[in-house]
Amino acid sequence: MYMFKYIMKRVGLMILTFFIIMTICFTLIKLLQPEAPMMGSQAQLEAARREALGYNKPIMEQFGIYLRNIFTNWDWGTSWKIDYMANVGDVITRRLPPTVLINVYSLVLSIPLGILLGIFAALKKNRWQDHLISTLVMIFVSVPSYVYAFIVQYYLGFRLGWFPVILSSLYDAGGSWTSAAMFKSMMLPMFALSFGTIAGLARFTRAELTEALTSEYMLLARTKGLTKGQATVRHALRNAMVPILPSILSMIIGVFGGSMIIETIFAVNGIGKLYITSIGMLDYDVFVSTSMFYTIISLASTIIVDISYGFLDPRIRMGAK
Amino acid sequence: MKKIDINSIPKEKFEFAQLDAHLHDVKFETKPVGYMLDAWRRFRKNKASVIAAVIIILIVVFAVVTPFVSKYHINDADGVYAKMRPKIEAFYGTGFLDGTNTRPLNDKYIAYLGGIGQGIADKDGSGATWAQGLEEKYQPIAKLSDPYKKQGKEYRDALVDTYYSVGFKYISVTRDEYAKIQAWQEENGIQVIYPMVDTRSEWCDASYANDANYWYRHSANSTPLDENGKKMTLEKFTTTGLVDNYLRDADGNILYFAAKDKSMISVRVLYYNYYIYQNGYEPIHTLGTDAQGYDILVRLAHGTRLSLILALCVSIINLTLGAMYGAIEGYYGGWVDMLGERVTDVLSGIPFIVVATLFQLHLVNTGKVSTLVGLLFAFVLTGWIGTAYRVRTQFYRFKNQEYVLAARTLGAHDGRIMFKHIFPNALGTIITTSVLVIPGVILDESVLSYLGVVNFNGQFITSLGTMLSNGQGYLSTDPHIILFPALIISLLMISFNLFGNGLRDAFNPSLRGADE
Repeated sequence: MYMFKYIMKRVGLMILTFFIIMTICFTLIKLLQPEAPMMGSQAQLEAARREALGYNKPIMEQFGIYLRNIFTNWDWGTSWKIDYMANVGDVITRRLPPTVLINVYSLVLSIPLGILLGIFAALKKNRWQDHLISTLVMIFVSVPSYVYAFIVQYYLGFRLGWFPVILSSLYDAGGSWTSAAMFKSMMLPMFALSFGTIAGLARFTRAELTEALTSEYMLLARTKGLTKGQATVRHALRNAMVPILPSILSMIIGVFGGSMIIETIFAVNGIGKLYITSIGMLDYDVFVSTSMFYTIISLASTIIVDISYGFLDPRIRMGAK
Repeated sequence: MKKIDINSIPKEKFEFAQLDAHLHDVKFETKPVGYMLDAWRRFRKNKASVIAAVIIILIVVFAVVTPFVSKYHINDADGVYAKMRPKIEAFYGTGFLDGTNTRPLNDKYIAYLGGIGQGIADKDGSGATWAQGLEEKYQPIAKLSDPYKKQGKEYRDALVDTYYSVGFKYISVTRDEYAKIQAWQEENGIQVIYPMVDTRSEWCDASYANDANYWYRHSANSTPLDENGKKMTLEKFTTTGLVDNYLRDADGNILYFAAKDKSMISVRVLYYNYYIYQNGYEPIHTLGTDAQGYDILVRLAHGTRLSLILALCVSIINLTLGAMYGAIEGYYGGWVDMLGERVTDVLSGIPFIVVATLFQLHLVNTGKVSTLVGLLFAFVLTGWIGTAYRVRTQFYRFKNQEYVLAARTLGAHDGRIMFKHIFPNALGTIITTSVLVIPGVILDESVLSYLGVVNFNGQFITSLGTMLSNGQGYLSTDPHIILFPALIISLLMISFNLFGNGLRDAFNPSLRGADE
């Protein structure tokens, strides 16, 4: 019950925060140079739509219309420049598959690898294996992901020609996001994203596990007759996982956001690219909605991390101060 | 009992209690070890951090000193010497940082590049041999491999000096300028002007008429031809040499220019020497040039400067703001803390890229502030939250300690307790945080300018991210353009992280080995 109240409190606060951020973003974006009508192929329809969205009304009134549309129709506005007259919700949904797929592939590769490396280093603490892993991890954590992108693009893409240099278009890959050709062309961005994640996880796991391994309950576990393996798996590893699992959860939520720079380098037509394009073209409704999309992701990942901590570790539960 | 006026006790009433008593405690011979000295000692033991600190200092020195030392300025660009390879003269012919790249050459291309050498040797148009050409200093082929077959055609791998392979260029000058160049070349003994090519003759194909390196007779597909118009093989032209196609007057004298219009004349110059004539030094770029012909070394130093200055400003401002905010929140607690936390919730909820974009669109694009200041605002708006959070934690930990109570009892006001008594406890944390902020700022700046959200792309300004995004298009052909900025960023990130971790271990020994 306490837990439930805690969650409700957090979610309520999150919604409030989100609403404030939305107001700020909407106002600031609409305060920019007003959008001129495109008057494209469907000029009349466009004028009607602009009228309905209240483009010539004061900003606060526009915001009211915007909120009402979201609540009643789940209508996040209209894209004028990126995808003429298309619903912004559709535009975003259409850009999701490549972003999500690349990030999911990357996580599938990096989570097990990172944790295993971390466990290995912790078990071999202060031996050469540990020093080697720790040094490499230090380097790989620090180097920015786009540097890996350049390296894999140059060596695996240009020099060796193993993988396509940029993401294949949907048409080239046979019209499906999950085809073999598409998978192959997603390899390079996946690698570029994975190095940092693997290293980060390995470092985190190693730190948590070494702490757990030197704790007193491990001594107790050994004293009561457990072998080293049993004690490690049943006691140390489980305790070490308490902070690791929430961070993995937040990575999984981050899948939707993707990485703007990786998407730009590999010409991935995903959410990050959409955001950059909407800034470049000043497609306001897309700009507002993608900003909100990113805000939701960052808020959601914070709150899920906090709540999962509460579930996993009773000591943290209940906002204990 | 007689009442004593405690405000004016006569001096004689005092007497020494223990003037000649023997004190048994031995006075400490050593100096007391302060917090900073203690931290410094611990820091020094961490070899990796010390090395990282040295690397940081070296990079700072590089960024500060290079623009003063280098003969190139940030806005010096010669489009002819664009995409040149890194060149250090001492390494010539090794294939490493010697200004060369490896190209597979077929026979025609060997004639073209080797022809530059022969053309240089043939100063007065009286003829030179292929062998003489190969001995010229400015001939571009540094090394030639044995032939091999690829897809049925014969190739040789050659180390080609990118600077020398520019060879000859046609330029338009006034007659005065022409006379000036002639005077200069006589004075210095450096040949700039070479015999003009008859671009209208049957030996010069129209599609190559603008390429001054085709000074020899060639066919429509650029195969060299001999005197009789027969195609020459590799064996032939390497023994006899290429046959010139110079512009001659009716008597057969070599001409050095062709009149273009009333005032301008067209001359053929060896561009390397022409560059020396113009600038007074040879075109040698230690780290090569980018696609616009800017010197990468100088631009890199300026870009690093920009990143470091930005990071330093952000770090200092965040430290001040965050420390004050966190101190007030943590010290007063209660509703002040509640309110403060909600404000940080909102601010930290806005994704940084959105903040940066809005600042750029509202303040920079409208011309209110410069790009750098706009970016600084964006960093400052949310950057202090981390520091504030850490300081707040420290204040919560220390504000109920006895010494704080003692200070309050003695009548110290809030400000004094906060900054004189509690704050020093948070000092280690703050120093560590402010160092660890730096790599984050450098990274964010490079990402933002790479994505084009902030624009540092100019003649007099550049940033590491801008250099990366400019080099991205040439990754396949000229990877050196992107290599050096990427290398510097990686080095900065690794060193600052190592340095920051070392500092944290030194200031908070109890946290050693823990990450975050």
